[in-house]
Amino acid sequence: MSDIAIRVEGLGKRYRIGAPAMNYRTLRDSFVDALHAPARLFGDNGGSGGLNSIWALKDISFEVKQGQLLGVIGRNGSGKSTLLKILSRVTDPTEGIGEIRGRVGSLLEVGTGFHPELTGRENIFLNGAILGMHRGEIDQKFDEIVEFSEVGAFIDTPVKRYSSGMYLRLAFAVAAHLEPEILVVDEVLAVGDAEFQRKCLGKMSDVAQQGRTVLFVSHNMSAILRLTQETLVIEKGRLGMRATTPQAVDYYLSQGYSQEGQRVWEPDEIPAESAPFSPIAVRLKNRHGMIVDTVKSVEPVTVEMEYALDAPVTGLRIGIYLMSTRGEYIFTSFDTDETARYEQMAARSAGRYISRCTIPADFLNEGRFVIGVNASSYRVRRYFLDEKALTFTVDAIGAPGMQWPEPRMGAVRPRLEWEVEVL
Amino acid sequence: MTVTKRELPITYLRPARGWTALNLTALWAYRELVYFLTWRDIKVRYKQAALGIGWAIIQPIVSMVIFTLIFGRLAGLPTDNGIPQEWYPIFSFAALLPWQLFQGALQRAGISLVGNANLLTKIYFPRLIIPLAAVAAGMVDFLFSFLVLAVLMVYYRVPFTWNLLWLPPLVLLALMAALAVGLWLSALNVQYRDVQHMMPFLLQAWMYASPVVYSIDMIPTDGPWRILYGLNPMTGVIQGFRWALLGGSPPDRLMIVSVLMVIVLLVSGLYYFRRMERTFADMV
Repeated sequence: MSDIAIRVEGLGKRYRIGAPAMNYRTLRDSFVDALHAPARLFGDNGGSGGLNSIWALKDISFEVKQGQLLGVIGRNGSGKSTLLKILSRVTDPTEGIGEIRGRVGSLLEVGTGFHPELTGRENIFLNGAILGMHRGEIDQKFDEIVEFSEVGAFIDTPVKRYSSGMYLRLAFAVAAHLEPEILVVDEVLAVGDAEFQRKCLGKMSDVAQQGRTVLFVSHNMSAILRLTQETLVIEKGRLGMRATTPQAVDYYLSQGYSQEGQRVWEPDEIPAESAPFSPIAVRLKNRHGMIVDTVKSVEPVTVEMEYALDAPVTGLRIGIYLMSTRGEYIFTSFDTDETARYEQMAARSAGRYISRCTIPADFLNEGRFVIGVNASSYRVRRYFLDEKALTFTVDAIGAPGMQWPEPRMGAVRPRLEWEVEVL
Repeated sequence: MTVTKRELPITYLRPARGWTALNLTALWAYRELVYFLTWRDIKVRYKQAALGIGWAIIQPIVSMVIFTLIFGRLAGLPTDNGIPQEWYPIFSFAALLPWQLFQGALQRAGISLVGNANLLTKIYFPRLIIPLAAVAAGMVDFLFSFLVLAVLMVYYRVPFTWNLLWLPPLVLLALMAALAVGLWLSALNVQYRDVQHMMPFLLQAWMYASPVVYSIDMIPTDGPWRILYGLNPMTGVIQGFRWALLGGSPPDRLMIVSVLMVIVLLVSGLYYFRRMERTFADMV
């Protein structure tokens, strides 16, 4: 069939895992291993892998028609990025086969290969070549790229002097002018300001209208809904479902998995100086009580902190911070903020506790947020602090103002009482 | 842009197993990337250095002065038969030129894959491009120090001969040698970072195993010594340089051994690199 752009069958990818420090091996390790299993020294790919490997991707089969814009969604670590890496030939599959018709342009990151010491102009040529453009092609599109990036006046300034916004705009501008038959895009819209995101989304739909095939991975459900008609859901390395985008998004958001949406502290992770306080877990739950890592902004969400006290503690307060992924504080709140409870809970005896609070519906804007936790006695001692205990995503489906498909500025998106008075 | 269905290239994705063909045509399709990466390396190297490209001249001159004082004067090492002892500075400079070309190229190539990890994990292109560009980036430095050599030759009144025409193939041989060893080391370095710690020692030992500070005449001509010595491909290159520039002992049979050695290292390096490159993105 000649109208199939991508066809994969039984695709799987296995990674070896070891201790965290074992990202690369030393000669000594290999000598030791070679004594035990001589065949492994030269990276034997066969065999079952045993305990030290995980399947990041398994049994993935699907087809994409030419000119189709297909969404790919899944939790962090579900294997989406591995799939894109295989499709863009950065890494080889461990099993299965694939057939790709046409040049693939992959945008796994914007600005790959940008060098801070080089000027904007120089980086356009360098990055263009890295992305697979020919020199003539870059020459021809140069003015268009500069115009799209809006950094015109600084084009001969080293990019290390650029603001992060300018840097991103330039990087995306180069990538947006790639003209492969198949474009594979990972999460590039998660960065940049609202205006820039709008521009990127526009560029992406242009690309699709030119009859090119696009595979678009994102955590941003609204962007997926706006751009694609059909979507793959990847779950724990397997193809969870393939359905029309609204169906797939609903399915994805309704799934609760305990692996994400909570942070559990193992006994050896708890610092000795936090005693007698010991954290057990922080969890994020939707209104059905399921642990989730993506919540709808129109629904309330509960944050709970479970902990144990090995001895009585006086004046203890458990707090949560809510922050943007850029580290800006949105709010701080403690379980004994209410004076009545503060007096009632003046001393807590030894035992296990859960402190729970609810973030109301119609409060947060779409995006990624970070929850931090803190256990302290005011002016006495801070027992425990983890400023990045948990990360979660808020989706704005049904939120006020969604009739306009443009990103909203700001961390919150309250539903306010508006009145329009005709005078 | 219109997408025509018929002429679309088909790419097959399949598990990597065993040894593969070199597929040098893919490399040719990406030749512009070699050019741009080389250009980036050259452009970036002397940014924010007050002396800029001047360093390309200062480094060999300083080495020449040190070698002349220590090995030429203090130790009194003789130059080749037929080269006056007063020429020791230019005698050592003529060897330093190809040596530093090789050393720089090998150093950059050895760490090139790890240094470009961000490219390896995000974009597909023939991986060979990276060590290739690292080796090529040394040419500009070489051309600048070559100017110094020309000045020295005029100063010492060294006669210019037709033998100078041998220099381009000798430069090519030095680059090939650096690429050959660089392919092995860069691929090994992805897996074993020990390589980058070992490299300074390796290069130091290698320099003393090559006729840089001393004359090849010190190696006995009878017995297997010359042939063994020639297994170090840089002896052929360096001796060739000296002979082409200053006269003295021709590189004779030693050159054949060196050329064969480069070919063996290069072909084996290419195959080893191709075999390992599919794991680079996961290992680096």
